[in-house]
Amino acid sequence: MNATAPAKPVGSAAGHPSGDKRFKILEVFIKRQQQRQDALIEVLHKAQELFGYLDDGLLWFIAHGLRLPPSRVYGVATFYHFFKLKPQGAHTCVVCMGTACYVKGARQIVAALEQATGVRSGETTPDGRVSLLTSRCIGACGLAPAVVYDEAVAAHQTPESALARMKGWLTNGAG
Amino acid sequence: MVLAELLEIQERERAARKPVLITCCLAAGCMSSEGRQVKEALDRAVQAAGLQDRVEVRGVGCLLLCCEGPLVRVDPPGVLYQKVRPADAASLVDTLQGGTTSVARADLNHPFFTRQMPVVLENSGRVDPERIESYIAHDGYLALRHALRELSPAEVITEITKSGLRGRGGAGYPTGLKWATVAKTTSARKYVICNADEGDPGAFMDRSVLESDPHRVLEGMSIAAYAVGADQGYIYVRAEYPLAIARLQVAIRQARQSGLLGPNILESPFHFHVDIRIGAGAFVCGEETALMASIEGRRGQPRPRPPYPAESGLFGQPTLINNVETFANVPPILRRGAEWFAGIGTERSRGTKVFALAGKVRHTGLIEVPMGIPLRTIVEDMGGGAPDGSRIKAVQTGGPSGGCIPAEHLDTPVDYESLTRLGSIMGSGGMIVMDERDNMVDVARFFMEFCMDESCGKCIPCRAGTVQMHELLKKILARRATARDLTTLEQLCDLVKNTSLCGLGQTAPNPVLSTLRFFRHEYQTLLQPEPWKPPAPAAAPAPPA
Repeated sequence: MNATAPAKPVGSAAGHPSGDKRFKILEVFIKRQQQRQDALIEVLHKAQELFGYLDDGLLWFIAHGLRLPPSRVYGVATFYHFFKLKPQGAHTCVVCMGTACYVKGARQIVAALEQATGVRSGETTPDGRVSLLTSRCIGACGLAPAVVYDEAVAAHQTPESALARMKGWLTNGAG
Repeated sequence: MVLAELLEIQERERAARKPVLITCCLAAGCMSSEGRQVKEALDRAVQAAGLQDRVEVRGVGCLLLCCEGPLVRVDPPGVLYQKVRPADAASLVDTLQGGTTSVARADLNHPFFTRQMPVVLENSGRVDPERIESYIAHDGYLALRHALRELSPAEVITEITKSGLRGRGGAGYPTGLKWATVAKTTSARKYVICNADEGDPGAFMDRSVLESDPHRVLEGMSIAAYAVGADQGYIYVRAEYPLAIARLQVAIRQARQSGLLGPNILESPFHFHVDIRIGAGAFVCGEETALMASIEGRRGQPRPRPPYPAESGLFGQPTLINNVETFANVPPILRRGAEWFAGIGTERSRGTKVFALAGKVRHTGLIEVPMGIPLRTIVEDMGGGAPDGSRIKAVQTGGPSGGCIPAEHLDTPVDYESLTRLGSIMGSGGMIVMDERDNMVDVARFFMEFCMDESCGKCIPCRAGTVQMHELLKKILARRATARDLTTLEQLCDLVKNTSLCGLGQTAPNPVLSTLRFFRHEYQTLLQPEPWKPPAPAAAPAPPA
């Protein structure tokens, strides 16, 4: 768990529902999969969609629901890059590092953003405002270099345009 | 659904056509530059001009020239407008009534468009990917009907074999042979899997096909399932493609409602269900055994083959696994005949191939060309060469498993064997052009970093070898390496290539090997002289004590 996480540990209610409706939704989802153990990845997707990230308590809850050993659930959750085990920032900025973006200067964009945010790619600013991430390839190679700001793809980015876009997110003095 | 209904939908769709068709690209590229808003603005502009009876505004899939998006095509007169802003909508509609517009037009007589040969992409930019009726109006599901009503499963396989179709995922295994192997097994349960885990960086062909024409992939899968005797299919799509997933979900729902998926398809005894499985960001899941492990809800780690998936695949049952583009080739083969397909391309590589052209070229986007076309035609004529007056240095194909083909080999025809001879591979179709400013050692390091991060960790050569090779490449780039390090790097390449468990490790050294083969001087100029001197020859007398 990240000590600076603003939210309380999301899985703390596992086993004894705390009234958090999201657990109920997840439980129904698990039931709808007929508790099939091969639905684990679908369930993890759903859990991350509901909670934003997967903490230990939540993984226990899923293991219990699918009658799987927690080691198996943890093993799968840590294997795939898409699953986040730590809370993400209020905003996410994903710089595509696919080949086309790379040869067109994605590395310089990452460097500029790392400097502006004060965190390295893959990390979240200490105030929890921005997560800076890189992607293997978002498949928007015709628009290289591309950056995804909160799910919206922006084409032909430069370090300057990326910094301008990030400015509003960093007003609280992060970095 | 029966045939009469299928034809009725086709008839109705065709009758409902309006004199003017405005198509707006709503694939991921154009969507990211306000494509959706452009379409909505055009809808409003047509209403405002009172032309809704004469003009249809249709959201379609990829219009190919991604770098100039958002793209809008007006037909007639057959003009492709580029970089359209929502504010331009009124002036575009105005052109239909004799007005003019300042929006730039793409040159449709440019080789980028004229050298294309659409087979897989024949509907791309024409059908509305979110309406099954639109696909049916373009002869959709007729191939499935033909297969179910007029051909036995064995005849379908014969047709695919005769066409010479080879797997479009990269390795080029003959599709007919693969189908026949699965068909021969006697298991009661068989599966068909569509591999849409397009993980190669620099590749977006499968994404475009799924976003532009999802029903074509479903139809291809259904025909395959009929041929091999499967009743359950899975499409494994990467989570990074939300639009493709959404369109597939819509397509599956529509096909179910129309009786084109589910029980007794087209009043035949054939049942087929398709489910989507969403990947979770692991490149190794493009490897077939890892992909199946992932569908089973486990860590996506490969296992040794044999047994091949055709004998023991998903849940231990015989499984047919093909790539998106392979399935997309199936309906036109059955509709137009194996001879027609075999007439395209070269002796050993039949048909067309879709490439995602990107990097240092003027025109980036999606192209489909007949196999055997020279690489030079693609990058210099269609792509328009390198921008800003620089020169093309190399073309990278096959992603992290492929290699860099130097400019002096640009006359190589694009087919499976020729690319392999040059130390690259056809791959799934990513084609990244590099110019003289790109450092090839850095490109090799880029791919090695990719393979290092994506190695699943199951076998040691790949897990440890990629780390060591990456370290050596970093050392060379930092000008701290000597000729001995280069020798070590080459030995490691050989070891990892020959001893890794799956394709990821076996091909991870390819970018290094191909750049060493053609751009060795770039490595050598970075090497330092040996810091140590060999011991003085024995002839030298020892100093007196």
